[in-house]
Amino acid sequence: MDHDKIEIIEIDLLLEAVFRRYGYDFRSYARASMERRIRQFLSVTECSSVAELIPRVLHDEDFFSRLVRYFSISVTEMYRDPLVYRAIREKVVPLLRTWPHVKIWHAGCATGEEVYSLAILLKEEGIYQRATIYATDLNDKVLAQAREGVYSLDRIREATQNYQQAGGRASFSEYYHSRYDAAALDSSLRERITFANHNLAVDGAFGEMHLVFCRNVLIYFNRELQNRALGLFTESLVHGGFLCLGTKEDLRFSAVNDLYEVVDGKAKIYKKKGGP
Amino acid sequence: MSRGATRAGGGIPHYKAVVIGGSAGGVEALATILPALPGDFVLPVLVVQHLHASDDGAFSFHLANLTQLPVAEPCDKTKVEPGRVYTAPANYHMLVERDGTIALSVEGRVNWSRPSIDVLFESAAQAWGEALIAVILSGANTDGARGILAVHAAGGLTIVQDPAEAGSVVMPQAAIATGAVAHVLPAGEIGRLLADLGGRKTNLPPGYRHSIRQSTA
Repeated sequence: MDHDKIEIIEIDLLLEAVFRRYGYDFRSYARASMERRIRQFLSVTECSSVAELIPRVLHDEDFFSRLVRYFSISVTEMYRDPLVYRAIREKVVPLLRTWPHVKIWHAGCATGEEVYSLAILLKEEGIYQRATIYATDLNDKVLAQAREGVYSLDRIREATQNYQQAGGRASFSEYYHSRYDAAALDSSLRERITFANHNLAVDGAFGEMHLVFCRNVLIYFNRELQNRALGLFTESLVHGGFLCLGTKEDLRFSAVNDLYEVVDGKAKIYKKKGGP
Repeated sequence: MSRGATRAGGGIPHYKAVVIGGSAGGVEALATILPALPGDFVLPVLVVQHLHASDDGAFSFHLANLTQLPVAEPCDKTKVEPGRVYTAPANYHMLVERDGTIALSVEGRVNWSRPSIDVLFESAAQAWGEALIAVILSGANTDGARGILAVHAAGGLTIVQDPAEAGSVVMPQAAIATGAVAHVLPAGEIGRLLADLGGRKTNLPPGYRHSIRQSTA
């Protein structure tokens, strides 16, 4: 058996060890990317094989937390893909208005940039006060950052450009206060957001959502786990509710494809069938 | 996915895929290579070209005008099919899974790049092993060199655009410096070689095989 095939076994065993020892289930994550991250981590340790990582992970919690930092990737930005926010404004908001109360689930919110982007959009459209946004992530550390809502000024400068392309109605500077080299988002943006820990691999559905927003999270999952998460979203949404995925994520390859109609093919906005 | 190019009687290797990476000057090289591929080209071609993050499918559209093969920016979990060209979307890494599907990722930049050539090549080497052809084109950074090493270590065929004609020499030179490159060729000849290796009818001499010294990696 060649080295590669043996390494595949070693990686399986490592992920199994992580799951059984710490409860984090990365066994159903997209494999190629996981392997890459494990090899990367291996190269910064003194271990010479993936197998050697296993006893360290099992017996040394600090070593495990170093490893898990390589596993949780939270790359996001405010108004990432401006065209998506433009499409939400034009095609989703008009229908959200028809509900007296709007419930939104942002799954995999990471450090919160996109949930605040959504909050600003709803504010400008005049429906923020009757909205409730549940912003969830499996990583408590990034949730704490999201709750803080403090970002570097570099990021805010990028955000300003995206905000304008996304059809923003005000000046972006109205939504934050600069302090030194950081910007704190206006606390009023947080009023209707509930941050909570939720793991798409093990936890259950939320009830009666009108919009589920989950962008660039499913791409980290294998097909099985993708279908589990999409099942949760489908269960959570009211009939006629909206699902917004990442621009390179597509329901066509999923088990729930028939339950949705396409609202915007480019922005990857779908509507659950059977509603108004 | 079964690994390895099968060789009938030690003859022509049967390749399963081509990966191509380029940066500055890479688009020009692609404009020479892609038109050389015949309409019955049977291998899938996966391209990482460093793009500005705001490119919205324009690059893919541009390539589609250059080749008879269908060109698309894939979505995550797209099944790789023969005779198609897949371009990594701006701001995403593109990887290949062992089951022959494409995985996209928004993880951090690698070699200051997203998409990164190394990320594609290393995953493709895992998925296709010696049945992979990897091509490095013109570019002004060293992305792709690690990828070339990985493809070579897995037994795949490695090709680099001749620095003498490349718009930017850094990327081809870095790839060549790995010592893991089988062919250094001008873009026109890369096109012809690929057409021979992946066309339905091959024009290669009967004894052709990509002989290259065994990896010490």
